[in-house]
Amino acid sequence: MVRSDVQLMLGVKQGDEASFELLLQRYRTPLCHFLNRMLRDQALAEDLAQEVFLRVYRARREYVPSAKFTTWMFRIATNLALNSLRDTRQQRAELSLDAPAESEDGSQMPLDVPDGAPRVEERLVESERVAAIRRAIFALPEKQRAAVLLHKYQEMDYDQIARILGCSVSALKSLLFRAYEALRVELAPLVAPTGPGGTAEGGKP
Amino acid sequence: MNCQRMEAQWIAYLDGRATPRERREVQDHLAACAGCRQRLEEYRGVWDLLGELPAVDPSPWFDARMRQRLAAEPAPAGWRRLAAWLPQPRLALATMALVALGLWVATAPPRPSQTPAAVAVNEQEEFKMIKNMQVLENYDVLKDLDAPNELHGN
Repeated sequence: MVRSDVQLMLGVKQGDEASFELLLQRYRTPLCHFLNRMLRDQALAEDLAQEVFLRVYRARREYVPSAKFTTWMFRIATNLALNSLRDTRQQRAELSLDAPAESEDGSQMPLDVPDGAPRVEERLVESERVAAIRRAIFALPEKQRAAVLLHKYQEMDYDQIARILGCSVSALKSLLFRAYEALRVELAPLVAPTGPGGTAEGGKP
Repeated sequence: MNCQRMEAQWIAYLDGRATPRERREVQDHLAACAGCRQRLEEYRGVWDLLGELPAVDPSPWFDARMRQRLAAEPAPAGWRRLAAWLPQPRLALATMALVALGLWVATAPPRPSQTPAAVAVNEQEEFKMIKNMQVLENYDVLKDLDAPNELHGN
């Protein structure tokens, strides 16, 4: 019989390391998917996914099954991702202040920090279509991006996403609407000529 | 329903979480509004398009690195050794209690040497105490009680 997340976490609390291993196996992939889409940096995403598990492990003795385990875990992941993006932004701002001459001839700064740009190997294998999707998602404000990723790819319900993001369900719906509206505007040209969208109503221009 | 009210309904309509009543309302509006029908197609197209974004799985060394980081945890390392040694938390607690008791006994101050008068007083007190505790059937206690008499006799 498959043990639930709560049962496994209670096992971890009791000192059962096999339970922790099972949680790790169950959630490392979805966590990496989420963080990678959030940050567009695989190494950083894996580092933060491990940090999420470490924090869960450190908190095991205080664990009380009051909230859904995935809500707790993705809340930690989202906070880590948002903090990391904020730190990167600050780092970039500081670097640009330190080296003002760099920006004279162009907007690109030779910074050694993640900036959301795909790596060389990613560019090689990624089609222009996929690159456009990635760019459009990454261009969303961070909280909207997290909301879309949890909604579209993790398929969580509104209540759970709202708890993860620390907002009301109505605020989340508004957040999601703005995010999908921005994606529609950004990606509609890509959909129109070849898109599989005309499945129900038909009549596409 | 008007176009503005549709904004609150689009997402639930697209992801299939709208209630039957909400769905009907949206469909009624769509039947009468060409602009929103067009918009719905674009949303659907974008919704499907987002599904084309591939997911990047964890690298093969994810688990090894994870174990490395877990092992580097300062507190859990000790806890792990204890957990490996003692599979039952109750047993761990009992062992810790036993160790604490042993330490307490080992570090207790030694009894001061007793004069014969003090021994006699102590003997009476001890006898009273033992009588009150109703442990006279305890052979070890009786044996301890005899010891001062023997010392006194010598």
